[in-house]
Amino acid sequence: MKVLVPVKRVIDYNVKARVKADGTGVDLTNVKMSMNPFDEIAVEEAVRLKEKGIATEVVAVSIGVKQAGDTLRTAMAMGADRAILINVSDDAGTDIEPLAVAKLLKGVIDAEQPGLVIAGKQAIDNDMNATGQMLAALLGWGQATFASKVDVEGDTLRVTREIDGGLQDITMTLPAIITADLRLNEPRYASLPNIMKAKKKPLEEKTAADYGVDITPRLTVMKTVEPAGRTAGIKVASVDELLAKLKAAEVL
Amino acid sequence: MAVLLLAESNANGLNRDATARAITAASTLGEVTVLVPGAGAAEVAGISGVSRVLTAEGDGVAHGLAEPLAALIIGMAADYSHIVAPSTAMAKNVLPRVAALLDVMVIPDVIAIIDADTFERPVYAGNAVQTVKSADATKVLTVRTAGFAAAADGNTAPVSPAPEAADPALSAWVADHIADTDRPDLTSARIVVSGGRGIGSEENFALVANLADKMGAAVGASRAAVDAGFAPNDWQVGQTGKVVAPDLYIALGISGAIQHLAGMKDSKVIVAINQDEDAPIFQVADFGLVGDLFTIVPDLTSKV
Repeated sequence: MKVLVPVKRVIDYNVKARVKADGTGVDLTNVKMSMNPFDEIAVEEAVRLKEKGIATEVVAVSIGVKQAGDTLRTAMAMGADRAILINVSDDAGTDIEPLAVAKLLKGVIDAEQPGLVIAGKQAIDNDMNATGQMLAALLGWGQATFASKVDVEGDTLRVTREIDGGLQDITMTLPAIITADLRLNEPRYASLPNIMKAKKKPLEEKTAADYGVDITPRLTVMKTVEPAGRTAGIKVASVDELLAKLKAAEVL
Repeated sequence: MAVLLLAESNANGLNRDATARAITAASTLGEVTVLVPGAGAAEVAGISGVSRVLTAEGDGVAHGLAEPLAALIIGMAADYSHIVAPSTAMAKNVLPRVAALLDVMVIPDVIAIIDADTFERPVYAGNAVQTVKSADATKVLTVRTAGFAAAADGNTAPVSPAPEAADPALSAWVADHIADTDRPDLTSARIVVSGGRGIGSEENFALVANLADKMGAAVGASRAAVDAGFAPNDWQVGQTGKVVAPDLYIALGISGAIQHLAGMKDSKVIVAINQDEDAPIFQVADFGLVGDLFTIVPDLTSKV
């Protein structure tokens, strides 16, 4: 079974995003970019399925600027066999919407025919949490979102999902889409020899036109602003002073 | 304009608070019809601002499975300009699927409704707020409940069954494992007491729980505390956990990483107790107390 893993190049999760003064977006010039943390977990799960002999090939896909090729090299250094880059923009500030991404991924899936797709649950830049579900809808496949445990038994998938208040077990028939939650696994670090090997793995470049997909945004971003800041607080010296302040603020 | 609202309800019960908050948001858009996929139709009918309640049955629907619920909503979608739900794990599972089937974008985690097609939502872990205008025929959105007050009772809306829809049978529910608790629900609690890595161990988390119980508060945790196994993952407050906005948020041994702040910085009053006086949490805290939480917290618990 072939496993397809979509990965996204996003601002590094340790970097505090700075909003541009003119309200046009977040400043991404000279900012460290990395693979979306949830996508690392998705790649790790796919590679583990390959190590168990369940997956025969792991294909990583990324959509965005040319530099997303670096993100795909990281996925290949972790163990993906090959990669596809769909180059849709020259500007890192252009975020392609989940609906357009899902349509492009559907094009890739129609061509590649994977038995399973593992995506991250959300990207930490647009915080949408939508692409996996939208892709499942377009393909008419079942979806197992927010997965914290995955077992493949023949053509059946058993997934434990994180829901509000606890966990939920579901089963589904393949092909299907899984979106990875934080606790699915601990992603491995790419070793130096594997990083070198990844440079020789195949990386195919495509464009949106190759898949006949219109990527015009449905949501126009009118403005991007900083959230209302909190007024500076004070430090108190003792528990008694703290309790007095909380009573004065009428929250106790 | 007419709004279809998906109630936060399943076979285990209704989340009245999340549903009532979403109803407040949806009422500003038009007449609200609420689809109740599990228990609590009568209770929903009593909430102000609801004009009609539709109930649905079936194992898949009542356990929040995306495929049958999306099929059900799609069958009714033509009558509505907006499809809305509180942004819970269930709605985040279902609504993007609904949106894609309608060939429209989903607008997740709306914090303010400007007009029928313009919305505000946080991005980059809450470090920026975007105003987006939708060009789609049907607006599919989830609302961040912490930003809206819960609608009151005092209504008697009619209840009837939703139109039948075929289950695509792509997945099957096996079991739910829900944590039993008498404490208030984390997302709607008036006071939240949270512990972080500084708590040190699962046993020490009793310190956090004792203070919470004394205050009638919900217990939260940072991702570091959850990853270290000190607390269960449904206690996690943050970008990847729950977003809360209580009157009082008490952070114990939490440094204040970006991902945690995204989940709690809209709280009315924030208190931080930490031994590192340079911890970033003090930059958002209204009241900070620098010191050893193992002496401060028991003292606080006894004096509350």
